[in-house]
Amino acid sequence: MRTARIAMPKTARKGDIVEIKTLIIHPMETGFRRDDVGRPVPRDIIGLFTVTYAGTEVFRMDLFPGVAANPFAAFTTIATETGEFVFTWTDDKGVAHVEKMTLTVS
Amino acid sequence: MDKTQLIDRRDALRATGAIVLASLVPLPAAASPEAMTAAMQKILGTATPKPGRIKLDITPLAENGNSVPVTVTVDSPMTQADHVKTIYLFSPENPAPDVVRFHLTPRAGRARVQTSVRLATTQRVQAIAVMSDGSAWSDSAEVIVTLSACLDAG
Repeated sequence: MRTARIAMPKTARKGDIVEIKTLIIHPMETGFRRDDVGRPVPRDIIGLFTVTYAGTEVFRMDLFPGVAANPFAAFTTIATETGEFVFTWTDDKGVAHVEKMTLTVS
Repeated sequence: MDKTQLIDRRDALRATGAIVLASLVPLPAAASPEAMTAAMQKILGTATPKPGRIKLDITPLAENGNSVPVTVTVDSPMTQADHVKTIYLFSPENPAPDVVRFHLTPRAGRARVQTSVRLATTQRVQAIAVMSDGSAWSDSAEVIVTLSACLDAG
């Protein structure tokens, strides 16, 4: 289990543009480095981050080793209905970390 | 001392030297602006991105290349008919030219995204936006990196 942080409002009015900020604790090991004794450090990268809102994908991000450790992302979406946001980070090995948040739309 | 022994010793030394040298050579193939151009062409095909509509906001002087905040804003109404489909970031001098891609839909409401990137050295970072009509727009920014994103363990 990883630590992820999500900053977003709990409520919004229909039609509002909601800003969402996310961060997940992850080394984003590039695979380009060597350790103290010269052995290559194996690559460990979160390659995909997706966000669905009430079942529809509203944001997708492809990450490469050029993204800094503890990948941060900020983006926006229009508040359309009260619903669940599902945030999914998937690494090279296919292991996913999932977080859920609910936005109440009035 | 007989001759074979001497040769053996030299061979042994050469072999040791080769091992040391091999461990000094960095793992990635040398990054190059050509690699970036190739990566960009793969996405854009023959289309040439035009300057404008996209703004790449990044510090001109990064003290630490391990984490450099980036904001990309695209001038777009984000309607079904006219919206940003993908925003790409490329680096000419990192070990890999691709840095990040953001896929957007009209549901974003606004085409503005942020993240943090690694920069191996001083370079001109490129941002490209591909619109729903297929047009491509680009912006670039020179970033001076005083402490590069480390390729060694640290």
